[in-house]
Amino acid sequence: MATKSNSTKTSSSKKGKMNLKDIPFSKERLIELFRQMLLGRRFEEKCGQQYQMKKFSGFCHLYIGQEAVAVGSIAALEIGKDYVFTTYRDHVHALILGISAKEVMAELFMKRTGSSHGKGGSMHFYNGKTRFMGGNGIVGGHTPLATGAAFASKYRGDGAVALCYMGDAAVNQGTFHESLNMAGLWGLPIVYIVENNIYGMGTSTERSCAQPELWKRTGDAYNIPGRQVNGMDMLEVYEATRQAVEDARNGQPVFLEMLCYRYRGHSMSDPATTYRTKDEVGQWRMKDPIERLKEQFPTVFTESMVKDMEEEIKQEVADSIKFAEDSELPELSDIWTDVCVDYPGYPGREASDNKYEFPYEQLENAKK
Amino acid sequence: MAILTMREALNQALFEEMERDERVFLMGEEVALYHGAYKVSMGLLEKFGEKRVVDSPITENSFVGLGVGAANVGLRPIIEVMTFNFSILALDQIINNAAKLRYMSGGQFECPIVIRGPNGAGGALAAQHSQALEAQYVHCPGLKVVMPSTPGDAKGLLKAAIRDPDPVIFMESEKLYNYKGEVPEEEDYILPIGKAEVKHSGSDVTIVTYGRMYTHAILPALERLEGEEGLSVEVIDMRTLAPLDLDTVLESVAKTNRMVLVEESWPKASVGAWISEQVYRYGFDLLDAPIERVSHLDVPMPYAANLEAEIIPGPESVVDAVRKVCYL
Ligand SMILES: Cc1ncc(C[n+]2csc(CCOP(=O)(O)OP(=O)(O)O)c2C)c(N)n1
Ligand SMILES: [Mg+2]
Repeated sequence: MATKSNSTKTSSSKKGKMNLKDIPFSKERLIELFRQMLLGRRFEEKCGQQYQMKKFSGFCHLYIGQEAVAVGSIAALEIGKDYVFTTYRDHVHALILGISAKEVMAELFMKRTGSSHGKGGSMHFYNGKTRFMGGNGIVGGHTPLATGAAFASKYRGDGAVALCYMGDAAVNQGTFHESLNMAGLWGLPIVYIVENNIYGMGTSTERSCAQPELWKRTGDAYNIPGRQVNGMDMLEVYEATRQAVEDARNGQPVFLEMLCYRYRGHSMSDPATTYRTKDEVGQWRMKDPIERLKEQFPTVFTESMVKDMEEEIKQEVADSIKFAEDSELPELSDIWTDVCVDYPGYPGREASDNKYEFPYEQLENAKK
Repeated sequence: MAILTMREALNQALFEEMERDERVFLMGEEVALYHGAYKVSMGLLEKFGEKRVVDSPITENSFVGLGVGAANVGLRPIIEVMTFNFSILALDQIINNAAKLRYMSGGQFECPIVIRGPNGAGGALAAQHSQALEAQYVHCPGLKVVMPSTPGDAKGLLKAAIRDPDPVIFMESEKLYNYKGEVPEEEDYILPIGKAEVKHSGSDVTIVTYGRMYTHAILPALERLEGEEGLSVEVIDMRTLAPLDLDTVLESVAKTNRMVLVEESWPKASVGAWISEQVYRYGFDLLDAPIERVSHLDVPMPYAANLEAEIIPGPESVVDAVRKVCYL
């Protein structure tokens, strides 16, 4: 159990061969988590390709390189009980949290069969069943929401924890500081995870943060211990999150800084060439989280085993594209659904669907 | 006349004003090293250096507030919001401070700040990133709100905004940054804030609009209205939404007796609603038909492009509205 505000920098990074006996779950579970990472990687690669083929448009932020963070941390949750909030870089979180590849791809393709029926798109995936509370498009916009979910959990005493991801740029928003103050003040069951991929668009943390070692920013300030984690190591992410979730369930909010890297540009329109060097990208690619897991368990992830899994995933992603292509666009009448439960018309609101008629009869009656 | 894109015209205005006045600086997310999310500040860092072209952290409420404070003590900040969707985070600073300081201090202080960036839909960006928010600012006294539709207007009005002693909300459009048009080459091209322009004169019906709707919806509709329908259409581009140039509107309605209002934003309590109210109030006797309004449908913007196309006013709805006020 953590003592209050014990900010720490961990570096138990276990590069190289590991023993199955030393990990906190079964071989089957390990394989499952590896598969989540691989699916995330291949899905995103295809997603970028489909975007370039103009199969869909709008903003599209790929997660390639950061897979260990989402996979390792969500693995430490009780799915369906705990809440998950994240940013617009949310496709892989969505896949892990029970939205099928088909539904994610169909949503990206603007189709009615997508998880938000074509109304949310790349930045706004949700799954009520797994308490995946969304991708949010506003930097720092969801930190208060996650804090609210943690407040509700404490209020009801139901033991749920909120997990709140954010990018490194979000820690400079007022909402971040305001949220952490309340969480620390009231001992809310929440784990904040900053996916520190060093850049907010083209601005590095060095150029945007007075204290770029983010884990140092919360301990003394908000009574929330900050811990730095190697976000390129799925097992380390898992262990750090498991500990943090346990602390949070006991009323001690925690802040985890996960060091990671996005291989691609910020979004599809960013070539990512002006603000970082090829060399830097190369350095990080050497720490690839998928390769790392393979190296840790060479007898589990054998060449033939991985090859079979690659084949299976390739098919799953191809099927998702086919499904998305074959699905229908939303109907124009969908424009008017889900604005509010009940949203009456008024003159001029919409020409055809929502005609307003003044109740002349009533007026006549009133005159009598 | 030079033919420039809106992006180039805005860039020229920034460049010229920063060169002219040492007090002018540009701050915002990605404005320096990245040259702006939409590349409007291309070359400014290289020319004016880090002191005057400043990349801010993502802290809208506070870097806008910082701009307000700097303006209060004599600088001339231009604060870029990456898009106006994010200006919502800074509404507190804009509405509680920028708009009221002159008033609350009995005229002792002023706030010569420009807050600028793209407003409105950009294309399949979904509900949080596609909002036309001008009504929020027009609603609040103490702010000037400018929304140009052509590169020439953009340049002349941005220069005027930077020189204006009051806070100016300057709303551009992502969809217009590549739009080309004539820009006068005279040395100091300035347009007055608060003046609408008759962009196209006619005598049968008045279309009042502003911002991107002029190029996106009105221009293509004009061909059909004047061709197929044989109507003579007057188009007024408001250019400034606060203060409102009602005279130009009423003068036109006095001639045509019919009016259509076209705006990108939602219809409830909107700028279109406000202008209509003013025309009904002061031009009641001039009208031969109820004013028709064409607005964004009254829903959040969905992601799907086919729905988006239906929701943003286009030439079809403009033609329908014009036919309606002309009883055709
Ligand atoms: C309030 C707000 N301001 C600006 C933006 C535009 N924007 C989108 S993502 C982004 C960078 C965020 O970087 P970071 O938090 O590090 O997350 P990452 O993209 O690296 O995952 C910016 C500036 C936004 N979406 N919301
Ligand atoms: Mg980042």
